[in-house]
Amino acid sequence: MAIPARVAERPTIIKSRHPIAETWDNLRRSWSGMFGLSLIVIHLVVALISPLVVPHDPLEMNSKISNQAPSSEHLLGTDKLGRDVFSRSLVGGRVTIVVTILATVIAVFWGGLGGILFGFLGGRADEIFMRLVDAFLSIPWLLILLLIVSILGTEMWVQILTFGFTYGVSTIRIARAATLDHVTNDYILAARARGEHRRTIVLRELLPNVLDVMLVDGAMNWSWMLLGFTSLSFLGFGVPPPTPDWGAMIAKSREILAIQPWAVFGPVIMLSTLIIGINLFADAFAKALGLDRSQGAPV
Amino acid sequence: MSNAFVNVENLSIGYHNKRGTLIHVLKNVSLQIEPGETLGLVGESGCGKSTLGQAMMGYLRSGSRVLDGSIHFSGQDMFALSIHQLESIRGKKIALIPQNAGKSLTPTIRVGKQIIEVIQLSADITKDLAKRQMLDLLSKVRLPDPEVMAERYPHELSGGQQQRVVIAMALAGKPEMLILDEPTTGLDVTTQAHILELLRDIVTELGTAMLYISHDLGVIARVSHRVALMYAGEIVEDAPVSEIFRSPAHPYARGLLESIPRLTLAGIPNSMSGQPPIPGTLPGCSFAPRCSFATEMCSSEPPELETISQAPHLVRCYRWKEVLTTDFSQELVQVYQAVEHKVEEAPAIELSDVEITYHRPGLIDYLRRTPTPTATVSDFTLTVKRGETLALVGESGSGKSTIVKTISGLLSARSGCIRFAGCDLMVKVDARPMDLCRQVQLIFQNPDESLNPRHTVAEILDQPLKLYFPKMTSDERRERQIELLERVRLDGRYRLRYPGQMSGGEKQRVAIARAFAAEPEVVLCDEVTSALDVSVQAAVLDLLADLQKERNTTYIYIAHDLAVVRAIADRVVVLYQGRICEVGTVDEIYSPPYHPYTETLMGAVLVPDPDAKPKLLASDTPELSPPAQGCSFQRRCPRCIPNLCVTVTPPWQYVHGVDGYKIRCHIPLDELAATQTSMIVSD
Repeated sequence: MAIPARVAERPTIIKSRHPIAETWDNLRRSWSGMFGLSLIVIHLVVALISPLVVPHDPLEMNSKISNQAPSSEHLLGTDKLGRDVFSRSLVGGRVTIVVTILATVIAVFWGGLGGILFGFLGGRADEIFMRLVDAFLSIPWLLILLLIVSILGTEMWVQILTFGFTYGVSTIRIARAATLDHVTNDYILAARARGEHRRTIVLRELLPNVLDVMLVDGAMNWSWMLLGFTSLSFLGFGVPPPTPDWGAMIAKSREILAIQPWAVFGPVIMLSTLIIGINLFADAFAKALGLDRSQGAPV
Repeated sequence: MSNAFVNVENLSIGYHNKRGTLIHVLKNVSLQIEPGETLGLVGESGCGKSTLGQAMMGYLRSGSRVLDGSIHFSGQDMFALSIHQLESIRGKKIALIPQNAGKSLTPTIRVGKQIIEVIQLSADITKDLAKRQMLDLLSKVRLPDPEVMAERYPHELSGGQQQRVVIAMALAGKPEMLILDEPTTGLDVTTQAHILELLRDIVTELGTAMLYISHDLGVIARVSHRVALMYAGEIVEDAPVSEIFRSPAHPYARGLLESIPRLTLAGIPNSMSGQPPIPGTLPGCSFAPRCSFATEMCSSEPPELETISQAPHLVRCYRWKEVLTTDFSQELVQVYQAVEHKVEEAPAIELSDVEITYHRPGLIDYLRRTPTPTATVSDFTLTVKRGETLALVGESGSGKSTIVKTISGLLSARSGCIRFAGCDLMVKVDARPMDLCRQVQLIFQNPDESLNPRHTVAEILDQPLKLYFPKMTSDERRERQIELLERVRLDGRYRLRYPGQMSGGEKQRVAIARAFAAEPEVVLCDEVTSALDVSVQAAVLDLLADLQKERNTTYIYIAHDLAVVRAIADRVVVLYQGRICEVGTVDEIYSPPYHPYTETLMGAVLVPDPDAKPKLLASDTPELSPPAQGCSFQRRCPRCIPNLCVTVTPPWQYVHGVDGYKIRCHIPLDELAATQTSMIVSD
């Protein structure tokens, strides 16, 4: 049976799609993921345009109308100082969101690269570094945050760096664990045998494989940071007054919970919808990435 | 409907893909198995073998469903049973022995206890009785010291021992049927031969019906009574084992048999181009696009299974009469083409007295003066000539990969000397000049692992180009990528694919293209075909031979399969425990005298011939470290001379001069030759 063996194999027609397009396609199929994403987008839009559209000046005090119940004028009523709760709830996420997003980017960067690097290097350097990480993680996070903020102050850039650093430490472990899954694979060995530089192996070979884990971890971290930042703010280490902020609003209106619950519920609803949104999105995002195009059959 | 013990009738299984189209996995499959009979199920990967095996246990992968047909097991319709009824059959009346035994054992429970659990599930007996039965089973699967073995955890057993435990566990419920899904793939040849003999004996003794799924025709020839050949979800030929191997009537059966490298025939076998289609996507015969017998009718009307002899021998082909007119055994001899290539006398790589060890003594070892364990590779002296293919052969743990990793600079040797074109290769890869790295390239066994899943083929090929030829512009690199893909016989459009979108053979070609992108002098091939289907393997071997001719590349080819080595190698080095046993040209190695270890390896090779019987000369117990003195093979050697072999390192016996054929053994060569015959013996 003579079959011509030297013919080039022609590919069956399958569309080679960009990984991002593939992930987006998978994400779009998830109802909960899209719901979460919409919540996030709504929050971002609100944070961006709220100062222009709020019905009242969130800073305007009026002692004559303090602790009012919701009315057509004040949708969520007013707080102790007679400020409009609705307007303050809309504006109150601006600082929180900016700080946590920037801090998330920092956390993903430094935690991710640190984790990949030490996972790849292994040996004694990894051993020492990871023990330091363990030691750091054994301290309650709120204590660390309070410590750093009370030493360095509550300026915005200090908070961003503090949050980015603190939450990045947990990303190190995640990225390192994901790296260890890949580092024994032959393609890393192949790159080493070629004589590739360590930087190339970390950035070109390992990073694309660990990136999905890092991104999902980043999304989860964002929601943790929101909680962390709000807690600091609740304790009085957040945004200095009078700038409206969810954590501070909850702290200040706590005493009048029985008289004017909306002054607490307003910021709580805003915060929880954002965190729920992030969690739903992160779950669906992980699944969308997990339906791995690298393993998927070309059907 | 037939009343066979196991009767699969017209079975079709399929699933809906993301876009909602129905994809067939199995199409109109019918087969019967009687008690005491072994049916071998063969085909390339992805043809539906495992789906059929699982369906026989009443199990469907999630999302798949039965579109048509039925499976009857001793009269019961498997798909009409309730979950409870299925549970009472699975593991008790039908048992499955999967491919990876290590993964199917619970790692935290002692193996004896795991078997007892199965026994107590199927029979209401006391613990003592169950324990006695467990020990019986362990000795039935020929595990030495059953009482000691029963107390071990799975990780304390070797691959072959784990597979035996899994077989014992499957037998614990006294099943009437065994389904074996590639149970010996991944095991050493000697272990595989031992396990197969064991299974054959069990079937004869217990009268179990057996379905044996494998892609390895040598294995199928040894264990089966009847063979069903699958292609794209259909059975294309169903015949008694002697008929299908002597006079295959389906062109696909011929193609497969012609693509197996054989111990008896030198040269590279024929390869089949293309790959199986998705079942049910072609209007006519699914094999038509790859078939040289195909006519117009073949690609328009699907053929039916026809009975062509009383045996019964069934074939799904319009042209079987034409296929049968040529004598297969005659044709087979012509298929194997030796590839001529030039071997220069100049050495490419010289290794002398190389010693490699993984042992890194720590501070405590120094303080306690722990004796240094024997080195993993020792006394390794060898010259590889320019342009030759040198094969390193041995079981797992023989140090083949260790040597290759040392040459490529991933490990460092403890002592000795490795030289290549005047350069020192004793240093690790980081310390080597870039041009030296370029000249020595490595190809790995499993392309799934050696290609980064997140990189497209273009990115994969770009890496060596960027690294070794920094002056190339991106346009030049692009052209070079296309040229490389064409050299490994892939279309340039593959550049945009991810590894996950290619078949195993295509991926391995990309890996080969990546190695050749560096324009290397020496290519180290680490079992490059053992993860591939036979039909693909032949194509890859052919490709490697062609690439070698172009630039007179030197290959160091690691393999455990002696038939593959016969097909491609010029010279062979047989290794045991990191020590060389025998060195010689292919012709010298494959004829007596053999080193006793070579003899053992050759005896265990399964030939795709139902009459060939393996010769099991030595036990398959693996050794963890080489002996401190004497011959490395002393503990397993069937010809071991007490006192002498254990204490004195055997001398080299040269046949024609120091550089030629040599065997390291105490037994004189004439004595070895006189008692050894060619390895292929009829029953």
